[in-house]
Amino acid sequence: RVYGLDLAVEVIQGDELLRGKWQGGGVDDACVDFLELSMLRMLNQNIEKLCLGSQIWIEKSVAHLPLVDHRVELFLIYVRSGRMEGTSIDRFSFVLLSPFEELECGHADLPIFGIFLQPFIFEARVPHRVDQQLLAQQLLLEGRGLEVASRGLKYERLFKDEATEEKGERAKMACFIGAMAIADLVKTTLGPKGMDKILQSTGRNRSVTVTNDGATILKSLHIDNPAAKVLVDISKVQDDEVGDGTTSVVVLAGELLREAEKLVSVKIHPMTIISGYRMAAECARNALLQRVMDHKEDPEKFKTDLMKIAMTTLSSKILSQDKEHFATLAVDAVMRLKGSMNLESIQIIKKPGGSLIDSFLDEGFILDKKIGIGQPKRIENAKILVANTAMDTDKVKIYGARVRVDSMAKIAQIEGAEKDKMKEKVQKIVSHGINCFINRQLIYNFPEELFADAGILAIEHADFDGIERLGLVTGGEIASTFDNPESVKLGHCKLIEEIMIGEDKLIHFSGVELGEACTIVLRGASFHVLDEAERSLHDALCVLSQTVADSRVLFGGGWPEMVMAKEVDELARKTPGKKSHAIEAFSRALQAIPTTIADNAGLDSAELISQLRAEHHKEGSTAGIDVITGAVGDMEKLGISEAFKVKQAVLLSATEAAEMILRVDEIITCAPRKREDRM
Amino acid sequence: MALAFDEFGRPFIIIREQEQKSRLRGLEAQKSNISAGKAVARILRTSLGPKGMDKMLQSPDGDVTITNDGATILEQMDVDNQIAKLMVELSRSQDYEIGDGTTGVVVLAGGLLEQAEKLLERGIHPIRVAEGYETASRIAVEHLERISHKFEFDTTNIEPLVRTCMTTLSSKIVNRCKRTLAEIAVKAVMAVADLERKDVNLDLIKIEGKVGGKLEDTELIYGILVDKDMSHPQMPKRIVDANIAILTCPFEPPKPKTKHKVDIDTVEKFQTLRHQEQKYFDDMVQKCKDVGATLVICQWGFDDEANHLLMHRNLPAVRWVGGVELELIAIATGGRIVPRFQELTPEKLGKAGVVREKSFGTTKDRMLYIEQCANSRAVTIFIRGGNKMMIEETKRSIHDALCVARNLIRNNSIVYGGGSAEISCSVAVESTADRYPGVEQYAIRAFADALDAVPMALAENSGLQPIETLSAVKAQQIKENDPCCGIDCNDVGTNNMREQDVFETLIGKQQQILLATQVVKMILKIDDVISSAEY
Repeated sequence: RVYGLDLAVEVIQGDELLRGKWQGGGVDDACVDFLELSMLRMLNQNIEKLCLGSQIWIEKSVAHLPLVDHRVELFLIYVRSGRMEGTSIDRFSFVLLSPFEELECGHADLPIFGIFLQPFIFEARVPHRVDQQLLAQQLLLEGRGLEVASRGLKYERLFKDEATEEKGERAKMACFIGAMAIADLVKTTLGPKGMDKILQSTGRNRSVTVTNDGATILKSLHIDNPAAKVLVDISKVQDDEVGDGTTSVVVLAGELLREAEKLVSVKIHPMTIISGYRMAAECARNALLQRVMDHKEDPEKFKTDLMKIAMTTLSSKILSQDKEHFATLAVDAVMRLKGSMNLESIQIIKKPGGSLIDSFLDEGFILDKKIGIGQPKRIENAKILVANTAMDTDKVKIYGARVRVDSMAKIAQIEGAEKDKMKEKVQKIVSHGINCFINRQLIYNFPEELFADAGILAIEHADFDGIERLGLVTGGEIASTFDNPESVKLGHCKLIEEIMIGEDKLIHFSGVELGEACTIVLRGASFHVLDEAERSLHDALCVLSQTVADSRVLFGGGWPEMVMAKEVDELARKTPGKKSHAIEAFSRALQAIPTTIADNAGLDSAELISQLRAEHHKEGSTAGIDVITGAVGDMEKLGISEAFKVKQAVLLSATEAAEMILRVDEIITCAPRKREDRM
Repeated sequence: MALAFDEFGRPFIIIREQEQKSRLRGLEAQKSNISAGKAVARILRTSLGPKGMDKMLQSPDGDVTITNDGATILEQMDVDNQIAKLMVELSRSQDYEIGDGTTGVVVLAGGLLEQAEKLLERGIHPIRVAEGYETASRIAVEHLERISHKFEFDTTNIEPLVRTCMTTLSSKIVNRCKRTLAEIAVKAVMAVADLERKDVNLDLIKIEGKVGGKLEDTELIYGILVDKDMSHPQMPKRIVDANIAILTCPFEPPKPKTKHKVDIDTVEKFQTLRHQEQKYFDDMVQKCKDVGATLVICQWGFDDEANHLLMHRNLPAVRWVGGVELELIAIATGGRIVPRFQELTPEKLGKAGVVREKSFGTTKDRMLYIEQCANSRAVTIFIRGGNKMMIEETKRSIHDALCVARNLIRNNSIVYGGGSAEISCSVAVESTADRYPGVEQYAIRAFADALDAVPMALAENSGLQPIETLSAVKAQQIKENDPCCGIDCNDVGTNNMREQDVFETLIGKQQQILLATQVVKMILKIDDVISSAEY
């Protein structure tokens, strides 16, 4: 093919200047030596952009890449278009070639690293990031004003500008590193001696949260790594589903991936690792099922089980000082639910002041509201109407209705009619024979006054949850119309009174019909303490209510992990083939949890774990880590228990997440959506 | 851009702003198109087969998807290249038409393009290549017909269907419990299938997912599951023998569409309006009650007052139910969707045995089960799983399995999987090639080679020596004259796919070959690409 263009090619190789002539699609022999085929193709494609007299310089330089211990030859290509001689230089993108076929990783799927040298674009295939940086530095040293960016430029660009594609080893590396970083982040919060984290929000007020709860920490992180997002997600699900074990699940998944990384580096295929992990997870679950204890039949024992579980959960939280007190609170509260899973009927009210030990469980219901002025402060044998209705101005709801009058007198009339309407409504409410009226919406002064006149206690603006709970507690229905007083179910309670907690006045309903609901009032030194206490208590309540539903119990303190690890180890010995490595790795990952607990407590983990393992070799051992004495202890005597459901969820979702991440061999990140500038 | 000059040396401007546009012509255009197509195929290649890997995709908004499904990968990776977009379309059309084999079709197209490139380099005209491919694809499709088997099944013996679905599921992350899921999918399809007309309306199968629990908890519900709860917290949570009124009108004051004003100028008017309003709500509820409804399902919202009236009259209600769900409920319960209260009649009510609310986990998530419906032709598959990505991937996998089951009901022919069908076609095409005079012969041979791309990728992904394995299997097929020999991906020890129970639907395979050939033909015919410069 002849394009009718003759180009002079000047090649500077070292100090030697080679001159060649470019003709259509070919280059003189002198240049062909090191101009590789694909570069020619590139030049060929752009030939139409070149005009007569265009000049091309090709310069050779050498870079040393320490990670692969290899010298790479770089070819810098300069093109000056003849047409625009002297003024500006055309942009061309040329492949910067290196004889990387000699590199061991000279695979077609290597990431491509682009170096931008205005106005030329060079691309190099360099396998390691460190090497890329060195390369960039070297080019910078040569004073070419390089702008370096790691973009996935390709010969045929498939994706949009800022999209990146990571393949093979690199994709796996990105996954592993991201997941492990997340796991390491929350690792230090695990166990009774785990430390807390301070989270500062990026919002305007820079609010601060101090927490030990894995799910809370992860929820507040802004993460870019997709694999890390998977871990954050499992932690969130764990929180929603069983409420506790949010840290363990992330740590276990992280450990599974850490072990998998080692296996991948000795060339075991991820699919083999996955099938090994699956077998191991199944085996571990069965091991737990065999050793599980169920005391559902014996209410006395079951209650002690619950106490133990609550204490174990709370011991890793801020409440650990008064864990007995709070465990009793939580167990009492959950026992009142009588097997119902509805945690909404347990209300937690936080009031700063006092100390944590002053917190108490109240049998009745406490509403954080004030009683209207001039209304009775104390009512015995209250009949309560719980309502959700407008008590400000009862508007006409028919669309398009509006008032149009032609004189002041009429306005007064209509105002009077409105007042009458309200009065009538209040009258209707009063005719229910109640002495307490609680509304979700506002109550204006006028109806409030009317209620006061009728000797009715009116409480306005109770929030939605409060209303629902009140309905539940007092056994009344939430009413919005008041035409049939005889058929509306009223709520009852023995006593309504205003009480003081700290400096705040609250309304206390005691002697309610339904015993299910109760209120836990938390006291503490600061809001941070209270928030954390609420989270801890919530964890404990969740776990307890789940245990009530599924009463199987295990020992804690690393005991379940050791039991599983032992069984899994045995399975590994029985399994032929490469899978057994993966199964062994699973067992190591399981042992990482007691190791972390010990490490966090400042104990000699290696020593402890080996002792623990020896102990577990005996049949029916109940040994676990006793963090207090720093030795192996009998979990049965120490009364450290955990719910089976939590452990099972940790095991299954961690394995599932690890499996998902392991299966990935390519990450494609789309170009981020452009924010529209509103400036 | 090549410039044209007149006799005075001035350039003609042919295309507007031609200096800023880049242009590729002739062979170069074809080659660059081919390489773009190949690049797409290369991405999907590693996802093929039971040992295929997944891709992790991060959307522009930062959401993460992890999937193995070809159509989903391509759809989400937001390609910019025109030819790559064609490949995305290809995968999508396979997804719409068949539902399964979306990865395979792209890999096959990639193989065809790769072979075409070689032919082009040898100077064969692209159109001749395209024609050769066309002929070859016809041969292959006919051959598939010959080697296919009829699979007999009926409502009691669903085993063959289950096993075919298992083949589909085995390449997904859910293969841990592929048996359970395959059974669920087949049962769901059988429940809604019209066996006489050989048709399945997949819209009747609702797939609902909720994070939490484990994959094994996934269940098939003969009824409808709605992610909603009762409008009033104190309404009953369980209704037996429900008569359901399905409404698309809100329990709210009327809002005429024409613009209007209601002027109030006297006290009397104010009062009448108020009474009207009260009566209006009362009437609405009363009408529902009068026709004997025991449950109201409404597409719109309720006014507080109406809500309480419903509660008060002991008429449980659900609000804000989506249009699609409403339709499904109507189908399942045999009710009619009623747009106006005036039109409510007892015959228009739907019937369901049990309606119950179920809560999950520690949060306030509740869902409404409508079961034992009058007409059990609508079913729901309820998926549980450890995390959001898992649920999404399971949904896609189940969708694939459902499509496969539907295809089998439409046409009960199957071919064997594991690349055996491709190898067999390749052998058949290769042997026919010699009979064609002319240049097409080369293209037909190239087609045969391209068909090998699928088993080759399968072998590669399973960690086998691709060329060695493929040639061994090919030799075995010819020697034993048995089209069931394929790639032994799971290391079972036999490469007889009949013994391994690996099946695929005939129409799925045929469609793959036809679609891939069509797209490749289209790509080959492009000889000029004009694109505006990016800078």
